[in-house]
Amino acid sequence: MATEPKRVFGSLEELMTNPQMVMYEEEFNQIQAIVVRLVKEANARVVFVIDKNGQEIAKAGETDQLDTTSLASLTAGNIAATGGMAKLLRENEFTTQFHEGERANIHIQIVGNRVILVVIFDSKTSLGLVRLRVKKASEELNSIFEALLRKVQDPNRETPFAEITDDDIDNLFND
Amino acid sequence: MSFINVLSREINCKIVYYGPGLCGKTTNLQYIYNKTNPDAKGKMISLATETERTLFFDFLPLALGEIRGFKTRFHLYTVPGQVFYDASRKLILKGVDGVVFVADSQIARTEANLESLENLRTNLAEQGYSLDKLPYVIQYNKRDMPSVAPVEELRELLNPNKVPDFEGVASTGVGVFETLKAVAKLVLTEVKRQAG
Repeated sequence: MATEPKRVFGSLEELMTNPQMVMYEEEFNQIQAIVVRLVKEANARVVFVIDKNGQEIAKAGETDQLDTTSLASLTAGNIAATGGMAKLLRENEFTTQFHEGERANIHIQIVGNRVILVVIFDSKTSLGLVRLRVKKASEELNSIFEALLRKVQDPNRETPFAEITDDDIDNLFND
Repeated sequence: MSFINVLSREINCKIVYYGPGLCGKTTNLQYIYNKTNPDAKGKMISLATETERTLFFDFLPLALGEIRGFKTRFHLYTVPGQVFYDASRKLILKGVDGVVFVADSQIARTEANLESLENLRTNLAEQGYSLDKLPYVIQYNKRDMPSVAPVEELRELLNPNKVPDFEGVASTGVGVFETLKAVAKLVLTEVKRQAG
């Protein structure tokens, strides 16, 4: 039975970029492996992957002392603002950003117009090496997210939240 | 756009507090932040001007408990209310799962409420959403101020579709958690509907 879509999408592209995002174990492990490898290969302090809404997807490196939730939200805000500026300049998007600090530097890369790859590094490595490794990791991440997107849009997909009833939701909010 | 992580059994959703300048969006988040157990919240971030007006957004990550082993996590955002920050408001609505419209109950702010609500509809439409289909609740804030419009009048003006609505005094917490719970419940119900 056809159900009414929740949102009125402006275009097919919108539809492609806005489905409910589900992260499955298989893809998560693949993404995590890339992120762990990138920390090592780029000699970075921290690497994390977030979606454009600021939801954290994977992280690796020295994340213990870092508020990655806040960083994820601010990075997404930053990317959104930069995207807004790009639009005003009739650019599609600025896909790379680099912020240089005294001790820490941040390299931010949009992957496949959908997720954001963030690398935090210090003087133990160089921007050139980070860029090189990010390029390779981006390509790999992009193909994983493309596959994930196809999986999420498959009508026969596994739906983890479907087992939950209205009563379960009610119970969460009963004091 | 909700984000479900099957492996960690987490569901993440985004709620945006919208409304005219100085209606109390940030105050809602601050009250929630102050009254929430430290285990259940992250740091609250406010990107504000020197005079404490919201410049880009406020952000508060919050855990609301578990449903059958699924941790429910909500990212609460506010938009800057001042009219000229419209470009920023549009960005913050991206990927929204639920909206709280905070209205200022003072009679003098009637026009501002209407203008902001219209702006919300327009900006959502630009992102491909319709306010009539999104999980959405209204809070009539500042009920403690001297010259406020009757709730019935506000309801007629701002809530023709009769979505859940609440009276609020965000500075003392009246209606704050009721509003949050109502929108969170609508969001989870919608996530479940889409999943099923």
